[in-house]
Amino acid sequence: MAKVSIPTPLRPSAGGQATVEAAGSTVGEVLADLTRQHPDLQKRLFAGEGQLHQYVNVFVNDEDIRFMDDLDTPVKETDEVGIIPAIAGG
Amino acid sequence: MSSEFVRGLTCRLCGKRYPKEALNFCTEDFGPLEVEYDYEAIGRSLRRETLERRPRTMWRYRELLPIDGEPTVGLQVGGTPLVKANRLAEALGVRELYIKNDAVNYPSLSFKDRVVAVALSKAVELGFDTVGCASTGNLAGSVAANAAAAGLEAYVLIPDNLEQGKVLGATIYGAKVVAISGNYDHVNRLCSQIAFRFGWGFVNVNLRPFYAEGSKSMGFEIAEDLGWRAPDHIVVPMAGGSLIGKIHKAFKELEGLGWIDPVCTRMFGAQATGCNPITNAVKTDAKRIKPVRDPRTIAKSLAIGDPADGFFASKLMKETGGWGEDVDDEAIIDAMKLLAETEGIWAETAGGVTLAVTRTLIEQGKIDRDGSTVVCITGNGLKTQEAVIDRIARPPVIRPTLAEFESLIGASPAEAELAPAGA
Repeated sequence: MAKVSIPTPLRPSAGGQATVEAAGSTVGEVLADLTRQHPDLQKRLFAGEGQLHQYVNVFVNDEDIRFMDDLDTPVKETDEVGIIPAIAGG
Repeated sequence: MSSEFVRGLTCRLCGKRYPKEALNFCTEDFGPLEVEYDYEAIGRSLRRETLERRPRTMWRYRELLPIDGEPTVGLQVGGTPLVKANRLAEALGVRELYIKNDAVNYPSLSFKDRVVAVALSKAVELGFDTVGCASTGNLAGSVAANAAAAGLEAYVLIPDNLEQGKVLGATIYGAKVVAISGNYDHVNRLCSQIAFRFGWGFVNVNLRPFYAEGSKSMGFEIAEDLGWRAPDHIVVPMAGGSLIGKIHKAFKELEGLGWIDPVCTRMFGAQATGCNPITNAVKTDAKRIKPVRDPRTIAKSLAIGDPADGFFASKLMKETGGWGEDVDDEAIIDAMKLLAETEGIWAETAGGVTLAVTRTLIEQGKIDRDGSTVVCITGNGLKTQEAVIDRIARPPVIRPTLAEFESLIGASPAEAELAPAGA
C-alpha cells in the first residue's frame, strides 16, 4: 500500500498519525481509501466530489500531480503520496 | 500597546477564526489565514498627526501591523525614499511618475526587511528561538541579517542556482544556509514540512499570516509620501503574489480610517515571461493558477512557479481595472539600464521586470499617461550582478597621460583650454 503523509496540523483528523497506509492504483483511489479510514479528512481535502480544495497540493514522491494526471496519476505500492498545504512561500 | 488591535487569524475562504498562533492555513479547507484587526479601536486610538511625529520607519504604522506590544526586531526598517522620477517620466512619456525605492531598505537592501521585521518580532513574541525561510534570495539575506541582530538561530533554504551575491548575502551573517537541488517550489515544499516537524518559526510558512502583513508598510509609506493619497496606477513585481495584495490592502485600510479619499488605484502586476503563472492567469481569465514547472528567467527573485497568492493577485488586478504583463530577459536588462541612467537607481533584475512591464503597459495604453504612477522597486542591483556584467561596457584602460585621455574623449587641446573651471 502507498504511504500518505499527513501535514502536522491535520494529524488530529488522522488518528494522530504522521503517515497513513492507503490502497489504490491512482491518487484518487488512494485518497478515497484514506478518507474511508479517516472520514474527518474528507471535507478538509475535498471541495466536492473528486475536486480537491484549491489550496491542497498533492505529490507522488517528488512530483506535483498537477504536472501529471491529477487525481488519475498512477500510484505504485512503494510510492509516497504527500499532502502539502499550498499556502506557503513568497 | 497595540495588542488589543489584533483579534486573531481568519480563513479567507471559510471565515473560521483562529487565535494568534504560528499557523498559515485553515485546517478545515487549507485556505490562507489572514490577520484580523479591530479597526474601530485603531481608529479611536491613532491619529494621523500622532503618526506623523514618529520616526520614519515602518513602525510608525505599528497599530496596523500584527504584533503585540513594541517591535523587537528590525526597528530601523522602512522609510525608504519615494523618488519623483522626472527624467524617467520624460523617457517613458508620462506626466507623473514615482519610484518607491526599497533597493535601499535597511538592513539587507530589499523590501523583504519589512516582512521579516514583523515575522521575527512575532517569532520572539511566540517564543521561537530558531527561525527559517524558503527564499529566492532576498528573503534569505533579510532573515539571516535580522535574525543575527536579534540573536535568533536561522535556517535559510534556497534553490542551488542563486546569484552569488544573494548566497553570500545570507551566509555572511552566520545563518545555516542550505541549497536545495531543485527550484524554489521544491524548496518551499520542503520548508512546509520542516517548519511543523521541527517546531521552528518559518517566516513564510507557519508565520506567514503575520509576515505578509509587513508588506503593507510599503503601501502606507507611498500614500503618506504622496501627501496622503493613493496613486492612479501602481506597478508591483509578483513572485508569490502577496505584495500587490498587501499594498492594496494598505490603501484600503487608510481609506477605512478616513485618512485618504476612496481608493481608485488600478493595480498592475509584473512578471518575467520565463515564469509568468499569475500574468498568464490574468491574460487568459483563468479561474485557477496553472503552475510553471520549470521557471527560466534572470529575474530569479521572481521565479516562483507555483505562487501561493497568485489567485488573489490575479483577481485583484482584474477587479481594480489593472492588468498583468510579463517581459523577456532582454527587456529586463534594458529597463535596469534605463532606471540607472535616468534616475541613478540600480535595481536588481526584478526591478528591471517591473519597469519593463510599466513601459509596456504605457505603450499598450493600459496605464494612462496623464495619471500618477508608482513603480515599486523591491531589490538592489548589487545582488544580481551576474545578470548584467557581460552586458555593460567595461571601462577603457589608458596610461596616466593627458594625451591619452584627450585622445580617448576626442577633445582637442584648443577645446580643453576653453573649458571652464576645473580644467
